[in-house]
Amino acid sequence: MSIVSSLGPGQEATLDALHTGRSGLKPCSFETVTLDTHIGEVAGVNDVRLPDNLASFECRNNRLAEMALHRDGFAEAVAGARERYGADRIGVFLGTSTSGILSAELAFRARDPQTGALPAAFSFATTHSTGSLADFVRHRLGLTGPAFVVSSACATTSKVFANAARMIAADLCDAAVVGGADSLCLTTLYGFHSLELVSPTPCRPFDAERSGVSLGEGAGFALLERANQSPAAGTVHLLGAGESNDAHHMSTPHPDGLGARLAMERALASAALRPGDIDYVNLHGTATTYGDAAEDQAITGLLGTCTPVSSTKGYTGHTLGAAGIVEAIISVLALRTGLIPGSPQTRILDPALRSRYLTANETGRLDRVMTNSFGFGGSNSSLIFGWAA
Amino acid sequence: MRAYVEGIGLLGPGLPGWEQSRAVLTGDTTYVASPAVLTASPLLPPAERRRSVPTVKLAMAVGAEALEQAGRDAATVATVFTSSSGDPDTLHQILEALATEERDISPTRFHNSVHNAPAGYWSIATRCREPSTSLSAHDESFQTGLLEAAAEVAVDGWTVGLIAYDLPYPEPLSMVRPIAGTFGTALVLVPQPTDRCLACLDIELSRGTEPIDRMAGVRLEALRVGNPTARALPMLAALARVCTGGAPEQVVLDLPPSGRVIVRVSAPC
Repeated sequence: MSIVSSLGPGQEATLDALHTGRSGLKPCSFETVTLDTHIGEVAGVNDVRLPDNLASFECRNNRLAEMALHRDGFAEAVAGARERYGADRIGVFLGTSTSGILSAELAFRARDPQTGALPAAFSFATTHSTGSLADFVRHRLGLTGPAFVVSSACATTSKVFANAARMIAADLCDAAVVGGADSLCLTTLYGFHSLELVSPTPCRPFDAERSGVSLGEGAGFALLERANQSPAAGTVHLLGAGESNDAHHMSTPHPDGLGARLAMERALASAALRPGDIDYVNLHGTATTYGDAAEDQAITGLLGTCTPVSSTKGYTGHTLGAAGIVEAIISVLALRTGLIPGSPQTRILDPALRSRYLTANETGRLDRVMTNSFGFGGSNSSLIFGWAA
Repeated sequence: MRAYVEGIGLLGPGLPGWEQSRAVLTGDTTYVASPAVLTASPLLPPAERRRSVPTVKLAMAVGAEALEQAGRDAATVATVFTSSSGDPDTLHQILEALATEERDISPTRFHNSVHNAPAGYWSIATRCREPSTSLSAHDESFQTGLLEAAAEVAVDGWTVGLIAYDLPYPEPLSMVRPIAGTFGTALVLVPQPTDRCLACLDIELSRGTEPIDRMAGVRLEALRVGNPTARALPMLAALARVCTGGAPEQVVLDLPPSGRVIVRVSAPC
């Protein structure tokens, strides 16, 4: 698995930030954006160049994906799997909500003043199109198995684990590349601003004075394979996945967290686990007043008030469509290292929230971790990872 | 993967619903490509009805038709929404606004711009808390949606509403991404045969070179090629024939770079 966020490229940079409490959030100076906010921008994205034969895919989103594909030995791991299974037996199930829409934003600014035409260099299919990310990654990794992009808002790159597990179970493939990328763009920055959900300061999930999200960008990938009968020591399994809908509102979660709780209950059921079996929950925890309160209701209603929980969005910002994979990888890193990350910037916990929310790091043996991702439109996903039995 | 079809929805140019379109699909009636008419779903609460954009209207119309035919409570049915892109008008308006100094986007416009907006409106309208996936794969969006829905039926044993839709962009996006017509279709797929089943689908991936199925008529073939969701037309035509007592048929759908989706359509029992 591989990860890129504002904390830096790769697992080591991510763990280093979590150990030392270094947040990736900085005052926004992205492109021509004039909003008073902090963002989690990945350094060096514009310097990335795709190989010549894939130059038509050049856009911020695919560059972010390219960065992650070549971190943490991921491309090499996929090459090994390709040798074992064959290129046509590896699926590519990725998520993105932004895709390369920044390319279209820039192209609209450069429309011909007379004809209104877009610049000739703008390639819709390989940049802006929602499916472009899966197309790019499949080409880049030399895979020919089934491929699609899930775009279910911020639950997107969590849900793809379930899609991939189903595709492997249905024998449409033997392994799958999951994850995805979401990149900063004007649509999401100004869009979330219009919803009055963006904080002027670095976000403070579960804090009494929390005032909204900090947007970020990120990418990450994991190679999912059919579980081996005799797994190697240290192998991490996807133990369960649960999906649900709020059926409540397009941009506000159900106030009692019903959909969130249902996703967690379904993940536990699919893993054949009980609530007490979960050692840590990486929350969705965006730092919006209603979002955190709803998730707190769901957590305390299902898991009680003893399970340590935290949101890592104070580190990375809300990476939107990439939040699922970024936080899934952070959860697996927690499992592997025993580091349970506390939440930066969160100082005084909201007394109305009752979860055991960590403001400082803890350490200890973890056997099973849960990660939550809840999206716009009410789409929810919860994953459980643990050691191979 | 096997799935049984309990309900079908269809809305496209000259295709104003499944029952009304069967004779055209079987070739018994001449096809006339009159524009599809979109209306806001009566299932939606008034506020959401006012806000609903063309993709939401299209997706909900075909979804509701298929669910009604299946006689299922939509609240109990998981969904797969598939489309090559989000709402074309909303996207155009946002991109235009972001090209101005003010960059003023309304909250409603922003929430309508997400790819899963139809899934969100659908779940609100139907009170459905079952899982929903919104996916996209450019010109193969329908085919990959069909694979995902069939996998949910075959592996998880869910009852699944597959809802596919694609609409043309306004200019200038239509120049770089031409999409022909307004086309949506929906299938209610179930894991076991029931007395409401219309047909049985056996779906598999092939690496062979089987010829891709096309539509016999020039205008329906132009629609198939021009609108990603209309890649479903050969399968819908086979369903129309099998549902009126025709022999089982095999349909081959394209899945580049080197694949095919093979769908065997047969009577339910």
